[in-house]
Amino acid sequence: MFGAHYNTLLVMAGTGLLGLVSGVVGSFAVLRRRALMGDAVAHAALPGICIAFMILGDRNFWAFLAGAAASGVLGVLCVTWLRAHTRIKDDAAIGIVLSVFFGLGIVLLRSQQNHPNAQGAGLQNYLLGQTAGMVMQDLLSIIYVCAGVLTMLLLLYKEFKLLSFDREFSRVQGWPVLLLDILLMVLLVITTVVGLPAVGVVLMAALLIIPGVSARFWTDSLPVMLVLSAVFGLLTGVAGTVLSAVLPSLPAGPVIVLAGCAIFLFSMFFAPRRGVFSRLIEQLKLRSATARQNLLRSMYEINEPRLPDSAPVTLEELVASRAWSRAHALRLLSDAQSLGHVAPSGSGAWSLTPAGLKAATAVVRTHRLWETFLIQHADIAPDHVDRDADQIEHVLSSDLIAELEARLREDGRLPDGVSPPASPHEIVKRAAGRVRPGGAA
Amino acid sequence: MIERLMALTGYDEISFWIVATAALVNIACGILGCFLVLRRMSMLGDAISHAVLPGLAIGFIVTESRAMLPMLLGALAAGVLTALLTQMIHRYARVPEDAAMGVVFTSLFALGVLMIHRIAHDIDLDPDCVLHGILEGVAFEKGLGDVMPRPTFNMLIICVLTVMFVCLLWKELKIVSFDPALAESQGYRTNLVHYLMMGMVAGVTVAAFEAVGSILVVAMLIVPAATAHLLTDRLALMVVLSAFIGVVCAVLGRDAASRMETSVSGMMAVVSGGIFVVAVLFAPRHGYLLKVLRQWGLSLRIVQEDCLALLYRWQEGSPGKALTAGHAVAALGGGAYPRIALWLLQRDGRVRAEFGGVALTEKGSTQAQTLVKSHRLWETYLASLGLPPDHVHAPADRTEHFLNEAILRDVAEQIDHAQVDPHGRPIPKRDASRVNLEKRK
Repeated sequence: MFGAHYNTLLVMAGTGLLGLVSGVVGSFAVLRRRALMGDAVAHAALPGICIAFMILGDRNFWAFLAGAAASGVLGVLCVTWLRAHTRIKDDAAIGIVLSVFFGLGIVLLRSQQNHPNAQGAGLQNYLLGQTAGMVMQDLLSIIYVCAGVLTMLLLLYKEFKLLSFDREFSRVQGWPVLLLDILLMVLLVITTVVGLPAVGVVLMAALLIIPGVSARFWTDSLPVMLVLSAVFGLLTGVAGTVLSAVLPSLPAGPVIVLAGCAIFLFSMFFAPRRGVFSRLIEQLKLRSATARQNLLRSMYEINEPRLPDSAPVTLEELVASRAWSRAHALRLLSDAQSLGHVAPSGSGAWSLTPAGLKAATAVVRTHRLWETFLIQHADIAPDHVDRDADQIEHVLSSDLIAELEARLREDGRLPDGVSPPASPHEIVKRAAGRVRPGGAA
Repeated sequence: MIERLMALTGYDEISFWIVATAALVNIACGILGCFLVLRRMSMLGDAISHAVLPGLAIGFIVTESRAMLPMLLGALAAGVLTALLTQMIHRYARVPEDAAMGVVFTSLFALGVLMIHRIAHDIDLDPDCVLHGILEGVAFEKGLGDVMPRPTFNMLIICVLTVMFVCLLWKELKIVSFDPALAESQGYRTNLVHYLMMGMVAGVTVAAFEAVGSILVVAMLIVPAATAHLLTDRLALMVVLSAFIGVVCAVLGRDAASRMETSVSGMMAVVSGGIFVVAVLFAPRHGYLLKVLRQWGLSLRIVQEDCLALLYRWQEGSPGKALTAGHAVAALGGGAYPRIALWLLQRDGRVRAEFGGVALTEKGSTQAQTLVKSHRLWETYLASLGLPPDHVHAPADRTEHFLNEAILRDVAEQIDHAQVDPHGRPIPKRDASRVNLEKRK
């Protein structure tokens, strides 16, 4: 029984480890905006393999790796040089190296095809990989490379971290950034080259990009991201291998990539802070909080001349004060009612409850504090502050409000502890139905 | 007409159709590639040429035949989907564009490989064919009576469509390529232009894919356009040049390939790389060698001028004493440049040897006077702007080499024709001999 699974286990270990190491190296590449470099390197390795074959005329595993790594590194150097010394941009440089090197590889490969040993060079394996055909030697080379690359990254962790986030700063600090950059790319090349026989060109590119991008959704901290990315890479490799073993008609390489793709999609939608869904929810929350506060402020301002009495406000007055439709205003009012901020007072009018008045006072206070601050400290004209304050008032933190109050108190512009200061500008009554962009008051 | 063309070019039938097909592909790709390179989306060609695979497979599955049109439509849809998904992941999930592209195209490619593997066992997806297309055998693909092979005819149509597309949308493509924000604010529908462009790229990629294979498509979308970008700053010229380079690649690539008996499309990619390298080195304005030469020339001019100014100041400070050549070179920082500069100055009679040292001749002294005048005027001007006196020397030292007569007059007026610089040294006056020198120029 073990015999039947020996090969699967071996492949699983190989792809898992490969996923792990390419996840870690790929994270740096993704952060350095070099995600597609892996793709270029994988293509650029072909001429090196051909030349190694031409020189040795034999299928020597390590010679192939060395040839592939050499031409991969040459490709990386070309991209780096082109970017630094010509007007060619990153993307074009990568594309040029990829296509020209690969074209050269094809030319060399074709011209060698008369050679007796040539069929073994296997272009198909190069493109799609031959995961199931992985042997102990492949696994060993993956283990060596994995250990070597991870040790290197661990030793130079601080430098690579600095390089990934602030290249200019690390240059100013005196680090040899170009050398570090190239070293990082060399690690990428080595990882790519060792993975080529297993998963092929395109799928290797995927292993480098997908775990890193997926991990980025879950965290803002580099060490966490690296660990997550390694785990995702490992999972991708293992899950892909298991799936393709269970469903024997599926080739492993593409299944591995699709497993990675599933992890990516899950992360993209469901990650807590940066995920699409949670961002959507955040946006909706912010929007409803903004609408709620705007309603309270409108009611307060309409009521202001009659304060401290809380007179009813009619729906018409409300609609006239904002770019709201009647239906929208009614919806806001019923929301506020369920929060206990307003209460209907007959004949289509609504009035603020004591709790609502308190909340509205706080909102108006924030708004006016910010307006006053803008006029006093940011030199913004009084007739321009309303709009600016309107955008920012909903997101001011309580710390900031306390600081604003302190500043305005120093200036003697803060009337008392609770009620809002008088508006620094005339509160404009708008004609009903006039729509302002964004619905701002 | 075709016979006459064949006779004119001296090709036999097979080579003629190879070159003609490849040239049509290269023209179409070269034209579209310009916009991709300018918009920094070069890798999109690579991505699309991989991602069309599931489209091809679906086209095949739906019709259960290898009919051209359904597969073309499927591939076109997949190509546009790649661009669309990349944009959406970039915009809504805030993944960097290149990483998003990497995720999308590798996943789609894996999906395509799986589909073909699983559902269409009988479809003959030979990676060799994907890479090279059927270029070598294009003459045998009879389609349209005996007028021209089918792939050539397809490419002719695609090429004409591309030219029409670019001519019709020239203004839109231009503004979107160079300043999308401006285009947006002017009311252009940049998204529509973007997706039309992507659709066009997908169409060309797919059609060319069958005829010449993916290596040539990817190479031709990027390399000729990047080469043309090095040669000119005008978009119209760039487009024409790029198409022309594509044709040259087709001709030279076929020649070289038939001589080396190797892959034609691979060779065309290599030739395009060769032309690119030549352009990188020798392009008139953006070429590397000429840029280096210009820098050398500028450095040499500046060192010569510094040398003149040095001798002028020496004579001003200690009249009658000779400055030895060695000291002069050392004062200019040592090394090769000052030695060459001094030698050049002596050769054209601006400096002469004198009592074991070097001194200015009449001619040299006039030029030196202008320089010192520029320097001191600029120092005075900077000081008048409020810069402290010990900070004005360094900027003036750099600026003095680039001030012309008109600027000097303006500066002199700005500082009310001051007589001395902030360090108390006299600002040289315009004198008769220098005016003569000006006239001679």
